[in-house]
Amino acid sequence: MEHYDIYSIRSDFPILKSVVNGKPLVYLDNGASTQKPQVVIDAINHYYNSQNSNVHRGVHYLSQIATDAYEITRRKLKSFINAKEEYEIILTKGTTDSINLVASSFGNAFLNEGDEVLISAMEHHSNIVPWQILCESRKATLKVVPINDAGELDMDAYGKLLNERVKIVSITYVSNTLGTINPVKEIIRLAHAQNIPVLLDAAQAIQHIPIDVQALDVDFLAFSGHKMYGPTGVGVLYGKEKWLNAMPPYQGGGDMIKDVSFEKTIYNDLPFKFEAGTPNIEAGIALAFAIDYINSIGLDKIGQYEHELLDYATDELSDINGLRIIGTAKEKSSVVSFIIEKLHPYDVGVILDKLGIAVRTGHHCTQPLMARYNIPGTVRASIGLYNTKEEIDALVKGVKKAITMLS
Amino acid sequence: MSINDLQDELIEDFSFFEDWMAKYEYIIQLGKELPLIDEIYKSPQYLIKGCQSQVWLHADYADNKVIFTADSDAIITKGLVSLMVKVLSNHTPEEIANADLYFIDQIGLKEHLSPTRANGLLSMVKQMKMYAVALQSDNK
Repeated sequence: MEHYDIYSIRSDFPILKSVVNGKPLVYLDNGASTQKPQVVIDAINHYYNSQNSNVHRGVHYLSQIATDAYEITRRKLKSFINAKEEYEIILTKGTTDSINLVASSFGNAFLNEGDEVLISAMEHHSNIVPWQILCESRKATLKVVPINDAGELDMDAYGKLLNERVKIVSITYVSNTLGTINPVKEIIRLAHAQNIPVLLDAAQAIQHIPIDVQALDVDFLAFSGHKMYGPTGVGVLYGKEKWLNAMPPYQGGGDMIKDVSFEKTIYNDLPFKFEAGTPNIEAGIALAFAIDYINSIGLDKIGQYEHELLDYATDELSDINGLRIIGTAKEKSSVVSFIIEKLHPYDVGVILDKLGIAVRTGHHCTQPLMARYNIPGTVRASIGLYNTKEEIDALVKGVKKAITMLS
Repeated sequence: MSINDLQDELIEDFSFFEDWMAKYEYIIQLGKELPLIDEIYKSPQYLIKGCQSQVWLHADYADNKVIFTADSDAIITKGLVSLMVKVLSNHTPEEIANADLYFIDQIGLKEHLSPTRANGLLSMVKQMKMYAVALQSDNK
């Protein structure tokens, strides 16, 4: 592949120099949250040093520059996912907030008794529970597309589950637990053939795979800033204009109104209709710097580099006796989840932590998926753009050490 | 021995370990050795659900003493559970309810009692104290 200057990239992330329990930090929990490059950290500092003011409100200088900086992020997000219009980008608190927005607003407008919402067996709780809450209040039914043992969607079953009662399909682009990349183009095509809109949970895709919402023709796309090297507390809901206009506001408050009287409120236009209250301004502003950072390397290059690491990690881990990889889909991205015969994932995680290796253990907020595999949880290593082969070696060595200590 | 004597003894035991590995190997050993609980108590009724690992806890009461037995599905948690049982079991409800568990901090295992660990251990300690408090009020 083209030259990928890993050492220069690593030097952009100050936290990667940390020493944990006397060992150099090996950060392999990028699926939970990514580390931030210096430019993002500087942007947050710069905001409080020179821009701090509320957005979309004042005529004064600071409010203007804060608003301008905040709106630059919207513009950059628009081109990052190739949305048609800037106002189709709603800034939220994160993926969970974005999905809740759609479940509540779209759901209450378009879902009636007897209708169905279609999700999959590999969804994060964030893409299960909001729909459950909705279905309960609308007397609708939540239907689940099954997966095979490799962790791939059963597309035949999916096709059969699509019918006129289904009002929305909400499926993850990349599974946070298994790493499976779902055939989203096909998922959308089949749903659209029956006029059913599709929401993609792109929390685990946006930082690894270039996404073009117009090419995908997806109706809604949700993702988080903190998983794409940006700050916590900001996320995105992309929605097609026709849907966003047809949907009622999610929350009421400041910024989302044009005119308020006690008799009636006229709501603001998009995107502000869905952005009630003062947003997380510094996070919103700093997210633009994370996008620039990703673009400066190139998402294609990042994806390719990470995939090589994933293949390497999969090969090396597979050689360990008693280790079983959970999630062996043909199309995978950046996540390797595994269990070790007779060992509890929690114990393995504790030993790895002592070795300075950060992984996630447990059910990864996908309890129904764990039940599908009949396991209490997994150990999950999730790769980011700054990880190295040496870190994968450290993980493999650490897992072997854990096995020796725990057996 | 009082609860504090037992804690001090453990602190001394742990002071001999030179590194984290020796310490954890000992905890793992404790976890492996102790048949902690009667199988019939490994039921949902006695389960303390952690997000990651789970703990089962059972309490018996005789001669004004509480006897705890417990278990966990994760071996490190089980080792730590056995430390807790060692310290708190076989004492009066008053002693247990009033116990200040300083040893975990002093032997450098405080992180395991953090709520973010979600290993069920913190809930177990709370549950042990609640048993004791409940027995105390029954006695009055």
